[in-house]
Amino acid sequence: MIEVRNLSKNYGDKQAVNNISFKVEKGEILGFLGPNGAGKSTTMNMLTGYISSNSGQILINGVDILEDPKKAKSYIGYLPEIPPLYTDMTVDGYLNFMFDLKKCKLPRRAHLDDVCGLCKITDVRKRLIKNLSKGYRQRVGLAQALINNPPVLILDEPTVGLDPKQIVEIRTLIKKLGKRHTVILSSHILPEIQAVCDRIIIINKGVVAADGTADDIAKNITNEHRMTMRIEGETHTAADKKAIADAVKKIKGVKYVRADMEREKGIYDYDIETDGKTDVRREINKLCGENGWNILMLQLSDMTLEDIFMKITVGESLDLSDEENEEKEKPKINIVFNDGDQPVAEEPGNDDAAEESNNGGEE
Amino acid sequence: MGAVYRREMGAFFTSGLAYVFLAVFYIFSGYYFYNEVIAAGYTDTSPLFRDMFRIVLFLIPILTMRLLSEEKKNKTDQGLLTAPIGLWEIVMGKYFAAMTLYIIAESIIFVYAIVLGYLGDVVWATLLGNYFAMLLVGAAFIAVGLFVSSLTENQMTSAVVSMVILFFLYLFDSFADRFTWEWLYKLVTELSFYTRYIEFTQGVFNLTSVLFYISAAFIFNFLSVRVLEKKRWS
Repeated sequence: MIEVRNLSKNYGDKQAVNNISFKVEKGEILGFLGPNGAGKSTTMNMLTGYISSNSGQILINGVDILEDPKKAKSYIGYLPEIPPLYTDMTVDGYLNFMFDLKKCKLPRRAHLDDVCGLCKITDVRKRLIKNLSKGYRQRVGLAQALINNPPVLILDEPTVGLDPKQIVEIRTLIKKLGKRHTVILSSHILPEIQAVCDRIIIINKGVVAADGTADDIAKNITNEHRMTMRIEGETHTAADKKAIADAVKKIKGVKYVRADMEREKGIYDYDIETDGKTDVRREINKLCGENGWNILMLQLSDMTLEDIFMKITVGESLDLSDEENEEKEKPKINIVFNDGDQPVAEEPGNDDAAEESNNGGEE
Repeated sequence: MGAVYRREMGAFFTSGLAYVFLAVFYIFSGYYFYNEVIAAGYTDTSPLFRDMFRIVLFLIPILTMRLLSEEKKNKTDQGLLTAPIGLWEIVMGKYFAAMTLYIIAESIIFVYAIVLGYLGDVVWATLLGNYFAMLLVGAAFIAVGLFVSSLTENQMTSAVVSMVILFFLYLFDSFADRFTWEWLYKLVTELSFYTRYIEFTQGVFNLTSVLFYISAAFIFNFLSVRVLEKKRWS
């Protein structure tokens, strides 16, 4: 559906996008993930023909965006970061304008009713856009992108600036749209991407840092396994801590041990990283039995998308001090959304599976 | 093109700009009509047109200042440029919207003609000649205004710069007398918007001048398209 080959874009000396290549299949929901200024918006602007690339090729449905821009653009519905709304128009007036602008051949009334119903803006259709709240504007922007039923939807940070309830609504809508359209959406909010997307591309400093499902990426990025154990020593003193850490470190396959905080009195947690090939749990159990230690807790912690993201984006940019500052703010944002969205983040696993099978049945 | 045209026409009226433009145009043309035609006792409308040139100079930038600059400022150009339409359609839609309003304003002259008809014989030849001359000047000036509007994100900058440019085009040939070189004198007078216009008000219908104004309109619209195009590449 979409094919991008060796795409590059410079702004003066600054290379915004550097040799990006990827493919999006029909009916896929692709998430673009990356810190601010990573080149997400630039890539999307190039995909939609708003700006041109310095080199490389973009094929939308087999049509080169530079060779036949009108045709390629007619396949795309685009919601930019700032929705392109004329604030002096009513919602209805604006959607009619976009209907004409896109030279839509569908029956006007029915199609606009459809789109408005889908985006839940039917009750504000007679109102001026300048009087609408941010959430409604975003939805009008989405409605605009949906006009003419484009096979490809490109959404640049569709949930930015919305309240948690609206975010959930928009997400649900995007997942619904994913059944009929190929969707590319960008975000720097991880749970969102995880909840909605089939596939993830992580962009950092203008290059593709990872491409695949969240699980794939986790496997590729690291083949280490991590676990947290709480082990009770004999004496309940700091001497235990050292002895346990040293002993565990000697087990074959353990790469790294670090004693964490004192969780219960005299009992410590240990972060253990293995090489991923050997399962060290039994060895540790045996070791503890031999020494008279008690395992009070064992928790396997596989890498979350957040860990992966931090690893990719922070790990590689430690040398740049100003980049680092930017990253530091990120976790805060994520934590906020993490809490609120926990129920949503749990659903998608089932939903996705259901949708995929639906898709398969339809086509 | 139709969609852009209809939206711009709507925006002219919802923003109130159309009313201001039409009101100012009618006030000044009415004043000149009374003062230089009726009160002076002539049925020739040429003096009215001669003086309206200066008013149009200031009014057209107000008509065009918003057209492309506002799109850039509000990022609505992303909607236009990613829609399956060509750059020419965008520019021409906006251009003809401004032209339409200008023609509505200018056509007040036919109301004056009716008034004149009661008082004496209307000199239709000069009236129509002048009408088309003003139309052509407007066509060229609106293209200039639209071009300037494509260069900036600020409406005010767009209006002021267009006014300065149009004023320069107006005063252009008054420098001509200072030039001692024959070829330069000739070049400047040939390129003068004002001299050609005055020729019309004196009753000369010059086809070269018609072509001159139409070419100027085309060139500046072409430049506007290039500016939009270049923005994609930078």
